Amino acid sequence: MIAILRKELVTYFSSLLAYVVITLFLGVSGFYFYSNLSFFLLSGGFDVARGLWQFQLHDMRQIMLTLLPLLTMRLFAEERRLGTLELLWTYPLRDVQIVLGKYLASLLVLLLMLAPTLLFPALLTQTHAPVAIGALLAGYLGLFLLGAAFLACGILISALTDSQVLAAAVTFSLLLLFWVMTWNEAAVGAPALSVLSKLSLFDRFYVFSRGGIDSRDVTFFVLFSAVFLAWTVLALGSRRWRGVK
Amino acid sequence: MIEVAHLTKEFGDFTAVRDVSFTIAPGECVGFLGPNGAGKTTTMRVIAGIFPPTSGTVRVGGHDVQREPNATRRLVGYFPENAPYYPEMSIEEYLAFVARAKRLPRAARRSEIERVIRATSLGEMRRRLVGKLSKGFRQRVGLAQALLGDPQVLILDEPTSGLDPEQVAEIRELVKSLRGQRTIIFSSHILSEVSQVAQRVVIINRGRVVAEDHPDGLARRIEGAVTVHLRAEAPESELRLLLSSVPGVHDLAVVDGRFRFHARDEAVLREVSRAVTARGFLLLELSRESLSLEEIFLRLVHVGDEPRQGAA
Ligand SMILES: Nc1ncnc2c1ncn2[C@@H]1O[C@H](COP(=O)(O)OP(=O)(O)O)[C@@H](O)[C@H]1O
Ligand SMILES: [Mg+2]
Repeated sequence: MIAILRKELVTYFSSLLAYVVITLFLGVSGFYFYSNLSFFLLSGGFDVARGLWQFQLHDMRQIMLTLLPLLTMRLFAEERRLGTLELLWTYPLRDVQIVLGKYLASLLVLLLMLAPTLLFPALLTQTHAPVAIGALLAGYLGLFLLGAAFLACGILISALTDSQVLAAAVTFSLLLLFWVMTWNEAAVGAPALSVLSKLSLFDRFYVFSRGGIDSRDVTFFVLFSAVFLAWTVLALGSRRWRGVK
Repeated sequence: MIEVAHLTKEFGDFTAVRDVSFTIAPGECVGFLGPNGAGKTTTMRVIAGIFPPTSGTVRVGGHDVQREPNATRRLVGYFPENAPYYPEMSIEEYLAFVARAKRLPRAARRSEIERVIRATSLGEMRRRLVGKLSKGFRQRVGLAQALLGDPQVLILDEPTSGLDPEQVAEIRELVKSLRGQRTIIFSSHILSEVSQVAQRVVIINRGRVVAEDHPDGLARRIEGAVTVHLRAEAPESELRLLLSSVPGVHDLAVVDGRFRFHARDEAVLREVSRAVTARGFLLLELSRESLSLEEIFLRLVHVGDEPRQGAA
């Protein structure tokens, strides 16, 4: 597992993909931070210590939705296209270890992507008002769990195709679906909506963004990721049974 | 070391390998010969533990590949057809990854990597990205990867395919140098190559083992694999006498005003042309057509001397 993890990190950084994704994330979220901050300072009367972060976290969530599929698209699709997956299967590794190694690598990049954005609140504490640390950390936990779920979803899609582009596109569409599925309340009706909103990654994120941690939401995110990872292991296994082609 | 018993592999309703059995002793170097689509890769993949057989059993070092996959995988170094590679890793990074994936003890990794880099003469290229290497070098990286951890069994799937003749010779020498204590299976669709390297040849066609023999025996059995046409300015009877005196010339006949005969290999041609010119005859035409592998198989199956074990 460590072997796969390290290999994926090497590839992330030598293919520049990780740099590109991290830079884009920091750039765009910095821009949002700047405009959110301006908005809060200009309009006044808002709670900068808390309210600003709700805006900012929701913006970062949106950026993750677009960027994280790029982190997972390669993980299996490229091994399939290159034919290297076959070689992995000749080493004493179990499919679970292959999947987890890749997943952990993408989680590390996610951490590297999120960590520098803590600079924004640190700066703000220096120049303006102090930040509500507890609420902020809850928000970041939520953001990380949400990202982890996105990545688990992306890794499954990547295991189902030979094409990175297709993997990214399908992952993005699927995540978008998870986002918008609770929008059209009228169309789905109340009972269905209550089920859907329990499944919706984005509704689950809401409490975190307001500075709260609900253990049910944490469990949900962890389970969501676990299900997708297990599914990926099954997908690999069935591919192996059918032959490598 | 390797026992394959009644191995069958189906893909959907297509049977790629049908009831294949053979055993390979420790230290033996065996060639898999067969045309494209014969089932060589499929058989080797099952032995390497990439996918399970549909039926039958495969044992490596006494362990069942299906029941104890990690035990058998530790014994096997595998070179996959077409040597797939990670373009963005350097040779060193790649081999470091493989050493970990094969679970070599930490202390042994460094020296093992050095050893295989030396064995495959990749020293100067070690920091280059694999994607930037020529096909010949990538093929060597594939071999280096298989050699890591000094596995007792090496399974090499067409290690010389797609290379130019010089590179083919290099790889062939490399494989020859690996013979010894290791058990080696390597596949090819080129008869002469298999005969040069292997101590024993298993011939596969359409998913079945059609013959199993030592290279010499094989050569004897496919005697006449080359058909030769010859025209010379000489009295027919004298020429006939002359040609039939050259060793390796068989089935001499006159067809359309030309002599036609079968020869075992190209070396016979040289003898023939030397004999004809030495007698002062003018050689007008000397052309040959080799049997395709397919025809060789037909010969092995039908013309076959005594049918061998495992023959279909
Ligand atoms: N995963 C697969 N699904 C379907 N057919 C396959 C698969 N793998 C191989 N085959 C078929 O099995 C036959 C044997 O293939 P292979 O073992 O690769 O032959 P060889 O290596 O001797 O060229 C071929 O006809 C090939 O098309
Ligand atoms: Mg093949």
